[in-house]
Amino acid sequence: MSKLGLWGLKRSPWVYHVAAASCNNCDIEILELLTPRYDVERFGAVLVGSPRHADALLVTGVLNRKSLPRVMEVYEQTAKPCLVICIGSCTCGNQVFRNSYNAVGPYDKYLPVAAYVPGCPPKPEAMILGIVKALSKL
Amino acid sequence: MWHGWGLAFRLLVFPGFLFTVVVGMVLTWVDRVVSARVQWRKGPPFLQPFADLFKLLLKQTVVPEHSARLAFMLAPVVGLAAMVIAPLLLFYVSFNPAGSFVGDLVVLVYLLALPPLGLIVGASASRNPISAVGASREMTLYFGYELPFLLALLVPVIKTGGLLRLGDLVAYQQLHGPFLYSASGVIAALVVLAVVQAKLGYVPFDMAEAEQEIMSGVFVEYSGASLALFKLTKAMMFFILPLFLVTVFWGGISDWWAILKVLAVVVLVILAKNTNPRLRIDQALRFFWFIIGGLGIIAVILAFIKL
Repeated sequence: MSKLGLWGLKRSPWVYHVAAASCNNCDIEILELLTPRYDVERFGAVLVGSPRHADALLVTGVLNRKSLPRVMEVYEQTAKPCLVICIGSCTCGNQVFRNSYNAVGPYDKYLPVAAYVPGCPPKPEAMILGIVKALSKL
Repeated sequence: MWHGWGLAFRLLVFPGFLFTVVVGMVLTWVDRVVSARVQWRKGPPFLQPFADLFKLLLKQTVVPEHSARLAFMLAPVVGLAAMVIAPLLLFYVSFNPAGSFVGDLVVLVYLLALPPLGLIVGASASRNPISAVGASREMTLYFGYELPFLLALLVPVIKTGGLLRLGDLVAYQQLHGPFLYSASGVIAALVVLAVVQAKLGYVPFDMAEAEQEIMSGVFVEYSGASLALFKLTKAMMFFILPLFLVTVFWGGISDWWAILKVLAVVVLVILAKNTNPRLRIDQALRFFWFIIGGLGIIAVILAFIKL
């Protein structure tokens, strides 16, 4: 991507929320992140409704056999370049499901993950830090 | 009118493309910051709309597999082209009232009808069921607001005794005072204000792109540069529609007061956007046909009896 595009991308990361079978706790924290209290629009981040508009996918939940094809499809539908940011301890280490027959393992086996944000659920500040770190790597 | 390089310059730089885009972008930023302040937030930085634009322009543009490719890719350009010509006409008649042609008011009405048309065509061409819902809503809304819009534009035409030239309307207002300062003019301007809100697709009339229910509806399949063109068109409309309202009802845009007048209209639109919930499409249609349309008819009758 050119310099101008990169400048724009770093200043307006539009996020799309992919709930890949999470327990909803991280999802609620992501919604919290978008409330006026944290005001991520200061950094240009906006929640968008379509993966076509997204620059960052916020993925939550244990990746399992049912959710894997869905997550992959959403990733393929997203206009590139796009960052995958995994939110929550489930995405980092499968939590209590680590020996489950259904858990198909870490996200970076299938997707180029830009950042993991641990926590059950992570605080909104931690998510902002994760997004900032993922963007500053570009 | 202009020819050759003069026309090219005016189309691409001063009242045309570049100027309208920059002003529209700044107004978009004003919109976002005012909305943020209403919600007790800080809001985005000044360069935010430009960052969004450059990012989208340089991102990948995905064309859905089963879409009608040509219509899908050309649709964003239709509205944009109309919005490049519209400010040219508006600026020309305001600074040069004698030089316009008969029926340019009608031409402007058609130019302002093109962006929703492009949106409907593009959304239908994408073959996405959610886009189709958005397109049908956009179409219904368009049929809703176009009738009151034309009724309201009849008011200045009747008051000037049947002049269809925008230049004549501006000249008449410079002689006899703006139409806004009469009973029929106020009502007609209110009608146009509601129509502006709907043409921009802002709350309470954003059902065609309702994020919470149909995930940005008509835009759902658009990405990258084509989405950027839609955003650009919308930013330009955010400048042109208030400009149109001020030109037709509030004495033209040939003096410095016009800047404040345009800003006043913009702020009214933003506040209406932030203090209203979204209407359902049937409620919006009923609102435009019976309430706003009724107001339009009252304004026309008042204009006939010279009020």
